[in-house]
Amino acid sequence: MQQKVLMKGNEAIAEAAIRAGCRHYLGYPITPQTEVAAYMAKRMPKIGGVFLQAESEIAAINMVYGVASTGKRAMTSSSSPGIALKCEGISYLAGSDLPALIVNVQRGGPGLGGIQPSQSDYFLATRGPGHGDFHVLVFAPASVQEMADLTARAFDLAEQYRMPAMILADGTMGQMMEPVVLPEAKEPDAAEKPWATTGTGLRRKHNVITSLYLNPAELERRNVERFQRYAEIEKKEPMWESFMMEDAEVCVVSYGITARISRNAIVEARRQGIKVGMIRPITLWPFPEQPLLAAAGQVKGFVCVELNMGQMKQDVELAVRCRKPVDLCYRVGGMIPSPDEVLQHIRTMAEGGERK
Amino acid sequence: MMAEHQIVIAGFGGQGLLFSGKVLAYAGLEEGRELSWLPSYGPEMRGGTANCNVILSDTPVGSPIVQHPNVLMVMNNPSLDKYEAAAVPGACIFVDSTLVGRKVQRSDVTACYIPATQMANDMGAPGLANMILLGALIAKTGCIRFDSLPEALHKVIPARKADLFDVNMRALQMGKDFTA
Repeated sequence: MQQKVLMKGNEAIAEAAIRAGCRHYLGYPITPQTEVAAYMAKRMPKIGGVFLQAESEIAAINMVYGVASTGKRAMTSSSSPGIALKCEGISYLAGSDLPALIVNVQRGGPGLGGIQPSQSDYFLATRGPGHGDFHVLVFAPASVQEMADLTARAFDLAEQYRMPAMILADGTMGQMMEPVVLPEAKEPDAAEKPWATTGTGLRRKHNVITSLYLNPAELERRNVERFQRYAEIEKKEPMWESFMMEDAEVCVVSYGITARISRNAIVEARRQGIKVGMIRPITLWPFPEQPLLAAAGQVKGFVCVELNMGQMKQDVELAVRCRKPVDLCYRVGGMIPSPDEVLQHIRTMAEGGERK
Repeated sequence: MMAEHQIVIAGFGGQGLLFSGKVLAYAGLEEGRELSWLPSYGPEMRGGTANCNVILSDTPVGSPIVQHPNVLMVMNNPSLDKYEAAAVPGACIFVDSTLVGRKVQRSDVTACYIPATQMANDMGAPGLANMILLGALIAKTGCIRFDSLPEALHKVIPARKADLFDVNMRALQMGKDFTA
């Protein structure tokens, strides 16, 4: 068996990124994700990598653009207000079809908000964080193990589909420690990237990385092509976990830390004889619509549990085509629901299935 | 033995609360247990109230947030006020009686009063009240094995402070002996 180590979620992301071959970290500190930067500051100089604390979040994301243009694996990390600042740069990355990893360890908002855990950047992440028509791959880890595993996967898929990827975690996932088996180390930048601006050596035509297309017909074509790629991703790449769904009459839908809390509530509900299970989205874009639509034929209703005012709830309603009621159990501002609060929503749905 | 220990360690920032929790977590790792460690973070790290949630279990840990502890270690009055009511019936509450002025009010829990800060001062290691309390907590609850501690301490104490290993072990032992 591979060795388990104890790590904070933030540290697991950093170590997994290094093992995924990332040698360029560009960031700017903010609670509750500063351990990512601190870890990189310690490790990168020892392995010939770059740790750079930029003068701002905006500078950091544009440095990511520069590194990504050369075909190297680049990443930045921040928390909600800092991610808002990076959105222009993320749009440029998407418009230039560049892979990169952006980590968002969310805190309460809007504005400067607070520093306690939140999931209120769900819309920002899943609707394309920036101007223009685009998506980023969005992963929502629910354990320190997934913080590591999904970081590796995010880099791979970002490269495969030539688009930015985001780890959407929260303060709890970033700060907690759990045993983790770290992924195998990979050679930095092993894959061929014929598009990268690495110098022509006078042997080929030069590559251009840009998001500027002044010819409307060409810009339209680029957008449509990108969305064809997105359609393929929506078919192939949704990830989710089903928990106790075999005979479930109520389906909880939750991701990240609230999925962990929901799990406690479900175990207790089962003990009380309530048939309830959970579909836990692991990717938030692409959203796992298919298992939810399938569950709509089986359950009385759905209970969304999230740390926002019901942002994912809309995706669940779309996925199940509003065929069954969808209830919401939420806390915001850094507050976290107790398993008892979740259990009450489960019980109400099991008894009446009334829409609130 | 309880299948799952839901532990809250609470007090002021700077008392070594997160460190104490890490010792438990690393000992749990040593024993191949399922576990989580969750600190409070933010301004409390700079002198306010701080706490740390540790779950040690034989089955995968659900929520890492301890809402109703069955093991509680408190090193100031506000922490006892806050967590006494939250503890489950039958919980073990470990109180630094040098720092906490009052007794545990509930009769359905077991209270252990240890003058840990006084004992630490007497042994010439004023920063180690946390380890004395932790030694008592481990001995009394059996949440981890005492013989897992040396390995755990080696992992938690940074290399540049390795000379503090012995005094930490002594403090843990003192807490254990106090409960005997």
